Amino acid sequence: MSTTIEEAPKVEEAPKGAKASQKYFGRAMKRVEDPRLLKGIATYVDDLKLAGMLHAEYVRSPHANAKINSIKTDSAKKLPGVVAIFTGADVNDKLGTIPCATPLPGGKSPDHKVLAGARAYFVGHPVAIVVAETRAIARDALELIDVDYDPLPAVIDPEKALEKNSPLTHPELGTNIAFTWSLSGGDVESAFKEADKVLKIRLIHPRLTPMAIEPRGCVASWHAGESSLTLWTSTQIPHLVRTLLPGLIGIPENKLRVVAPEVGGGFGSKLNLYAEEVVISHLAIRLNRPIKWIEGRRENAAATIHGRDQIGDHEIAIKKDGTVLAIRCKAIVDVGSYCQLLTPAIPTLTGIMLCGCYKLKAVQMEVTGVHTNKMSTDAYRGAGRPEAAYIIERIMDLVASELGLDPVQVRLKNMPEPTEFPFQTATGLQYDSGNYQAAFNKARELADWPNLLKERDAARKAGRLFGIGLSTYVEICALGPSKTMAAGGWEWGCVRIEISGKVTVITGTTPHGQGQETSFAQIAADRLGIPIEDIVVLHGDTATAHFGRDTYGSRATALGGSAIVMSIDKIIEKTKTLAAALLKSTPEKIEFADGKFFVSGEAENELGWGQLASEAYVAKNLPPGFEPGLEASSFFEPPNCTFPFGTHIVAVDVDRDTGQVKILKYIAVDDCGKQVNPLLVEGQVQGGIAQSIGAALMERTVYDENGQLLTGEFMDYAIPRATDIPDYVLGSTETPSPSNPLGVKGVGEAGTIGSTPAIANAVIDALSPLGIRHLDLPFTPERVWRAIQQKGGGS
Amino acid sequence: MIAAAFDYVRPATLDEALEHLAKHGEDAKVLAGGHSLIPAMKLRLSQPRVVVDIGRIRDLHSMRERDGQIAIGALTTHYEIESSDFLKRSCPLLPEVAGKIGDVQVRNKGTIGGSCVHADPAGDWPAAMLALDAEFEIGSPRGNRTVVAKDFFVDMLTSAVQPDEILKFIRVRVTAKTTAYVKFAQKASGFAIAGVAAVVDKARKDVAIAVTGVAAKVYRAAAAESSLRGLELSATTIATAAQQVADGVDPLSDIHASSEFRAHLARVQAKRALELAASRG
Repeated sequence: MSTTIEEAPKVEEAPKGAKASQKYFGRAMKRVEDPRLLKGIATYVDDLKLAGMLHAEYVRSPHANAKINSIKTDSAKKLPGVVAIFTGADVNDKLGTIPCATPLPGGKSPDHKVLAGARAYFVGHPVAIVVAETRAIARDALELIDVDYDPLPAVIDPEKALEKNSPLTHPELGTNIAFTWSLSGGDVESAFKEADKVLKIRLIHPRLTPMAIEPRGCVASWHAGESSLTLWTSTQIPHLVRTLLPGLIGIPENKLRVVAPEVGGGFGSKLNLYAEEVVISHLAIRLNRPIKWIEGRRENAAATIHGRDQIGDHEIAIKKDGTVLAIRCKAIVDVGSYCQLLTPAIPTLTGIMLCGCYKLKAVQMEVTGVHTNKMSTDAYRGAGRPEAAYIIERIMDLVASELGLDPVQVRLKNMPEPTEFPFQTATGLQYDSGNYQAAFNKARELADWPNLLKERDAARKAGRLFGIGLSTYVEICALGPSKTMAAGGWEWGCVRIEISGKVTVITGTTPHGQGQETSFAQIAADRLGIPIEDIVVLHGDTATAHFGRDTYGSRATALGGSAIVMSIDKIIEKTKTLAAALLKSTPEKIEFADGKFFVSGEAENELGWGQLASEAYVAKNLPPGFEPGLEASSFFEPPNCTFPFGTHIVAVDVDRDTGQVKILKYIAVDDCGKQVNPLLVEGQVQGGIAQSIGAALMERTVYDENGQLLTGEFMDYAIPRATDIPDYVLGSTETPSPSNPLGVKGVGEAGTIGSTPAIANAVIDALSPLGIRHLDLPFTPERVWRAIQQKGGGS
Repeated sequence: MIAAAFDYVRPATLDEALEHLAKHGEDAKVLAGGHSLIPAMKLRLSQPRVVVDIGRIRDLHSMRERDGQIAIGALTTHYEIESSDFLKRSCPLLPEVAGKIGDVQVRNKGTIGGSCVHADPAGDWPAAMLALDAEFEIGSPRGNRTVVAKDFFVDMLTSAVQPDEILKFIRVRVTAKTTAYVKFAQKASGFAIAGVAAVVDKARKDVAIAVTGVAAKVYRAAAAESSLRGLELSATTIATAAQQVADGVDPLSDIHASSEFRAHLARVQAKRALELAASRG
């Protein structure tokens, strides 16, 4: 019997003869972004050259914790080509502090000044800045600056940091606790009383370094005549920067323009307002010359936010038949020396998603955020949800192995039926739509599940360490309803029919690889009934996209796309009035289909956008009261987040002599609701899985006991290469979302969230015949080998 | 990621190159393929005032065989060795090692000479050189000289080549096909955590086993070699020998592998290398 394996979506052209309103949505179309990227003619921030532009380099602390006694800059200032050098003493009291947008009540925050003042708090902490005529001169000047440090003991281990005698990261706070947070849903006490068994497990999610291919950088230019500033920066959030920066540098919001040019990857690491951006902006004004700053990889590894770093002790109340009643979790999050933009929010996302796709009765989570002498942690692809999926999916396998049950049956037993949606979770969320069983069944079909089990049996008989791992995940994205967000969760979209009939779409989202120049054009083309070539999608410049909440949390298509749809519908409504006047009828009798307006029943007398646009702007034949122009903008306020889900199945082989893990098979079925462009969806899933493979098998940010970063280069921080990625078998189901008019859910992070638990479960399954119950990430060869040795499983 | 300022010269002959080195002493560095030197310069770990680019010196870019001895010019690239049909026939260990170095871009520019002089404790070439008892011909203001492999790799990142000398040729013997190089790579850098080169001489019942990546410099596993001398290779004799491959060695330790794991991998890789080499003829 043959098994149908889903093929990669073949690139499609718009089908000939298809209706104008059904040509593009849902098609796997090549991206309009790609030609310029592949030809190297896109503009990244380092491509910008402004007249009179200066170059900046930062002096950074080589110590994790140190008093700064003095900074001698005289020799450096004498180097020809050096224009100025600034330290904390020169700038800190003139500028605001770096904000955290999501502080938790009762949290203790130190003032996060833009440059280190009396003390440096982490390796890479910016201490001073050199501004010079060329980048090479600025770099040379760094060597001539003499900083006198008194190193202090570093606070590195977050659990030791909570002990009574621990040194304090910020002595003025009197504690290393940055914040505490708790969540309690359902009746936890009685759930535990009802349990047949209580399982315990400690789960660790290591610190990770995002490593976007383009490091951070910015160019700031002060327009003295207008007293206005333009900041080009490699960011995911130009609008949020425009909201936050004015308060720090003393420039009003309406005199600040922020532009995200081509951005080489963000993954959350550019979802922040960084001290470096603030200082460059300030100095461009102070020196009245444009200034460029581009960081190197070592700086990026040390001073761009890190991800994850959660330790959790979990208790799980279960019944003998595999019902999972409740989870109690105590977690510690190592937040580093400062809470940056969203730092405290990340573990709260873990908490609210802790039940995964299961009908738990109760969930309780207590989080302690701990300050250490490291770089801050913040949102990194998945932002709290990979941790949640890892926890709940490890737990499901643990339940199965403890009770001697099939991990498939344990999952099915605890899943809600498709009829139970919208589904209320114990954590207080309403999952918008879901059919976990359909994705699960399809994945097992693609994986040829019964034969996969037979393959495992045969491999084990032959003495191989062969394992199969599952992950049935759900995640929360398309953030989100404004009531739950720090500064607005809506999204803005503007559509303009130009006088020529061409269309300009402007989105307040900020794609940096996600492909909305293509997908939004697909949506708009179908909705307007026009060729996709007539549409351009603009983004990333606050002067063009007046409003926006930018791109993160897999929100752009669900929220940004919906705002565009709202705007198009407003234009269509307005145009009906104009068409009625021109066709000598009334608006109620006008129909719009496939890009044409006509009187009901008189389709042969149709008007197209070209003619209507001309009429609307030339304005000689407008009906009374009709405002010229065909443009509309809208804010889409989502009623709920969206909840994509899926099943990943992984088969691995573990070499018992070297501990190396080889992924033999990778099957993923993901459901992100309706798919605008299956090529983009697949790209996101492929990339997300690749990052998960990294997290599962090789990535870990390592600080030594003195706070030295040991993984500050690609020589030491391993990320997956093409040869590490197995051939994926990818499939999908489509369960539309009721949370937006497009029926789409996000997919940018789903792959990263669903994947690591499947790989983890596979490796632990492979080792289980040796009596190994659990092993922490990442599964490096040595870690795996040691686990095998301990159980006497070597050959 | 910006190198310190430097002057650049590009001599056309070896003598010119040696003159530059004599003139500038410690201030000069030789540039061959550049894939060890340029990264070091960008990180400012190396800051030569003068870079002497020897890439155009044709004499050093050649491959010749005479009377069972192969002479390879120091500027021969890893890729040229990897793809050489001549070497695949006459000394297959060399193409096998070359193909495991770095990636395609590194192999297109990196040279066997530059790599050997750099003497990275985790580099691949030193294992092959030591296992083959290679000879290194060095151009020197004090008169050309030849150094054998066991004296060439002096210490971590230190070869026998002095700052005012230039490596010219590497000589190895034609070998049988019973050779192998097996490498356990560090996941991030691609360098060897344990790389073992095995040269098996079935006729003489003799083996050479060289190990890189495990200790501060490449070494010959003398105890393992002794245990196989005069014996037929079998699963049992190989297993016994492999167990001794880390004897008397102080393995390195870092976040990628502890010394205990490195020693273990040396033994595992040695067994695999010997079995593979033996199976080839």
